[in-house]
Amino acid sequence: MIGDTPASSTAPAAARPSAYAVEGHGLVKTFGSFRAVDGVDIAVPAGAIYGVLGPNGAGKTTLLRTLLGIIDPDEGHRSLLGARQPLRMARQVGYLPEERGLYPSMKAYEAIAFMGALRGLPLRQGRERAKAMLEGHGMGAAIDKPIRQLSKGMAQTVQLFGTIVHQPRLIVLDEPFSGLDAINQEKLEALIREQARQGVTILFSTHVIAHAERLCERIAIVAGGRIRFEGTVSDARDRLRPQVRLRTRAIDGAWRRALPSDTVAQEGAWHFALPEGGIEPLLRALIDDRAGIESLSIERPGLHDAFVAIAGAAAARQMSDGEGQEEQEA
Amino acid sequence: MQLWRAAFVIARRDFTAVVLSRTFILFLLGPLLPIVIGFAFGGLGEKISSTDLRPVVGVAMSAPDSATVLRAHDRLVARMGDQALPRLRRVSPTVSPRAQLARPDSEVVAILSGTLAHPVLTGKAGDLDILQGDISLLSTAALAERTLQFVTVTRNEVATSQGAQAQARLIIGRIAQVVMFFLTILLAGMILSNLVEEKTNKIIEILAAAVPIDAIFLGKLMAMLAMSFVGIAFWGGTAFAIFLLAGGQPTALPAPAIGWPIFLALAALYFAMAYTLLGSLFLGIGAQAATVREVQTLNMPITMGQMLIFFFASYAVDHMGSPAEIAACIFPFSSPFAMIARAAQDATLWPHLLALLWQAAFVAIIIRVGVLLFRRHVMQSGGRWWKTLFRPATG
Repeated sequence: MIGDTPASSTAPAAARPSAYAVEGHGLVKTFGSFRAVDGVDIAVPAGAIYGVLGPNGAGKTTLLRTLLGIIDPDEGHRSLLGARQPLRMARQVGYLPEERGLYPSMKAYEAIAFMGALRGLPLRQGRERAKAMLEGHGMGAAIDKPIRQLSKGMAQTVQLFGTIVHQPRLIVLDEPFSGLDAINQEKLEALIREQARQGVTILFSTHVIAHAERLCERIAIVAGGRIRFEGTVSDARDRLRPQVRLRTRAIDGAWRRALPSDTVAQEGAWHFALPEGGIEPLLRALIDDRAGIESLSIERPGLHDAFVAIAGAAAARQMSDGEGQEEQEA
Repeated sequence: MQLWRAAFVIARRDFTAVVLSRTFILFLLGPLLPIVIGFAFGGLGEKISSTDLRPVVGVAMSAPDSATVLRAHDRLVARMGDQALPRLRRVSPTVSPRAQLARPDSEVVAILSGTLAHPVLTGKAGDLDILQGDISLLSTAALAERTLQFVTVTRNEVATSQGAQAQARLIIGRIAQVVMFFLTILLAGMILSNLVEEKTNKIIEILAAAVPIDAIFLGKLMAMLAMSFVGIAFWGGTAFAIFLLAGGQPTALPAPAIGWPIFLALAALYFAMAYTLLGSLFLGIGAQAATVREVQTLNMPITMGQMLIFFFASYAVDHMGSPAEIAACIFPFSSPFAMIARAAQDATLWPHLLALLWQAAFVAIIIRVGVLLFRRHVMQSGGRWWKTLFRPATG
């Protein structure tokens, strides 16, 4: 839908090939006395969908801006597609900032072409691609309309197309789902997957756990300007033991001594983490005492639970689990 | 190269955004409005100023004396112009001047009575101060009516006069300075608010992520300069057309020392330099402002600064070769104005090449400082700005 092949341009001589599309080492960025980014090490594998997850004010945007070269770090160094000076690779990077911005009087296709031209795409080619993208997305009627006449969602789509019109090797999206309705969120997810299938590296920040869980191969959990966790979503979930949920007919009995110490009674069921020694000793006690097992489930913890465990409950409270909050935002 | 390509992308966007907007028509027509209004109301204005505002003096002499005074008035006005003397009107000699001036319907400010040999002027002290000399002249001319002879001056023509040529070139230099100054003050001020749109619409983030900020500044300057040249071409073309329609002969104009073609080329280059020098400064200052209100507040002190520079350059034009003129040529902001005046009066070309290079270097330095301050204070990036002053603009 979006383009043929990514990274049509060749890498400048200054760039060195790397398994990582984005790297940052010991990055520090302070604003006055506030350390927005506090000693961050990050490495985004080439071709991956990588999520930077954290509550508002965690330092996600500052981290992305530092990696992109919009601001310089106070300490540490970064490399983008192998180049120490990120702007050298601008032609191969697409960036959608958190605070969306377009010239209100520009026509939709011109805005897309202009953003491509900033990244080295010839204007005529940009216009052709822009029209094709808008038509392919059911926005043919908006091609000639000035941005000020478009709805917020349509303007965001225009900006997103402007981010990828030059077919970059790396796409950086800062809170891309913010302000989109459920349908457009789905479309954006599909677009991200499509780009990733073409070999494009996607780095995005979000405060919505569900998007990261659905899309990302790797994530970094950021809180207080620091990376608290870096790895796959599976690794994050594996930080917690599986959760056991047990419902019995008998309320009391000798079998209760076999329950782990972290057991909590909630909504008529027992909840506890799967014991290190497995579930078998407890099962034996339940059967021997005829406790009457009504239901027993062992569930792998979700990313939200992992996030709570990693970043803390306070940070987790600022996060959004899913679509409810985003619909409100939209 | 990447810098210039990116600057061109920004410039093209800004230029088309301005030139293709409806307000640009107003921008083009704005400076012509005073001219049109001047033409439309010029005749009336001239009439008001030449006829109605001159004081009227009543002549209350005997009939022969009054006639003699009026003839003398006509003779003098024919030589000196009708603005030189007060108007005269016969009034009755039988009523006392005091009584006539006291009447509510009196239209004269003073009354001339008595005889030609002993004229008496009656009026308020302030009016008498103004009129006494003129009326004395009139009376003298009237008294000498029969004996006054005009002396004919013999004409002795020459082809050239160095003094007249120098005077003409000085005037060309002054006019060029004034025109350049007004164009700069009218057009460069617009740059102050040039980055506000990008900042308020959050576009600056997209630009800063894609191109060096130097390219943003450079592109904006290029766009505004191109827009200014469109305006100047339109206004200049219109003015030249009016000049031709009014019967003006371009060949009759005195030539500047360096010749018209080079002078006009230098004028365009010096305007570009004056514009980009001030523009880069304005852009740097305006970029620090967060709101349009802040930009408006900055306008007045900046205009005063421009006036000072202009006065400096104006002073220099009368003192070719003096330390003040050389200083005005060297000081970057006054240099374009001083140098165009020099081009009108001196045919040497090489100082202009040197001056243009010198001015261009300062444009680059001012842009660079503006960019670094912008990165530091607006983007909150970078350390001490002077440490990166000469680092290539690659981000």
